[in-house]
Amino acid sequence: MSFAWMAWTGPTAIFFGVIACVLLLFTFLGIKYPETPRRGILMIETTRGDRLFITLLGSAFINAGWLATTGLPQYWALGICAFYAAAVFRWV
Amino acid sequence: MDKVQNNKAWFLVLPVLVLVAFSAVIPLMTVVNYSVQDTFGNNVFFWEGLGWFEQVLTDSRVHGALGRQLAFSGIILAIQIPLGIAIAVCMPKKGFWASVCLVLMALPLLIPWNVVGTIWQIMGRGDIGLVGYSLSALGIDWNYARDPLHAWITVIVMDVWHWTSLVALLAYAGLQSIPQAYYQAAKIDQASRWSVFRYIELPKMQGVLLIAILLRFMDSFMIYTEPFVVTGGGPGSATSFLSIDLVKMALGQFDLGPAAAFSLMYFLVILLVSWVFYTVMTNLDKAEGR
Repeated sequence: MSFAWMAWTGPTAIFFGVIACVLLLFTFLGIKYPETPRRGILMIETTRGDRLFITLLGSAFINAGWLATTGLPQYWALGICAFYAAAVFRWV
Repeated sequence: MDKVQNNKAWFLVLPVLVLVAFSAVIPLMTVVNYSVQDTFGNNVFFWEGLGWFEQVLTDSRVHGALGRQLAFSGIILAIQIPLGIAIAVCMPKKGFWASVCLVLMALPLLIPWNVVGTIWQIMGRGDIGLVGYSLSALGIDWNYARDPLHAWITVIVMDVWHWTSLVALLAYAGLQSIPQAYYQAAKIDQASRWSVFRYIELPKMQGVLLIAILLRFMDSFMIYTEPFVVTGGGPGSATSFLSIDLVKMALGQFDLGPAAAFSLMYFLVILLVSWVFYTVMTNLDKAEGR
């Protein structure tokens, strides 16, 4: 079976690999350390998984916004995303 | 007694996971792979990096399509939601005519998209169409193939004709679930018809209306077939909504890279909106203690 039609590249494989690892990690955390949902600054109940989703979705928009407006290297946007992720997990 | 936790039930979800993997995850991964490469066919790809994303994000053509799409979704929501509620409020609550109304309201929903497009394409024609001919007879030079405003009116009227019944049926279901006691209490208080609507019916319909808004927004945001059949995105690009523009880019021009980047941005917007609606709905349910 050939996967040539999927046109895999190294960077996209790493991208999906990281997401898969994060999902596995959060599944493990969910089993090992069960949690109760909490209410943060968005005034909505969130679990660890919700916060991960908000982080990933927000990071996509931060990266898109950075690419569209600044013209500066993209890894700076990743730095912003790291701060954003920390903020989401701390306060949302 | 503690509830017995049996996680073996998760294995029953496996078939769905496999199905979703084939129908959604693998195609999505492929789109992501395409979005960072260029191809001229034959499964030969060249690394392009984030170039396509940059192009799509700064492309005035994409911005135009997004603007038209948001305008279209906004307009049809502004028409369909109030109109659907008004129809639901006016519909008989029980008896023979209630059934007749329900069947009549369900009819447009049963017609396939491309048939709806064909119906309105013919209806709008000035030479043989009922609407187009009547308007021409009234002295209006009606031509949706030439005039952008006419094209927009045709597409919007078509969507309103096709989908308002969905909102009406959902609102009707919401109305039917209100216990009579509320109306009796309102009668004792001599509440006006408007007060009954404002303070009883509307709050009780809140849940179904949110679902109606979500469904209509998503559906209109992804609309393709009807405007494609009626106007083909024209005149010019006046009715080229996001999906029409995307298909033109992907299949018409075979620009798979830019089209993949475009569809990923499209997907992100839809994901964001769905998440917002889902969050609002679940929080509303929790607030109501359902």
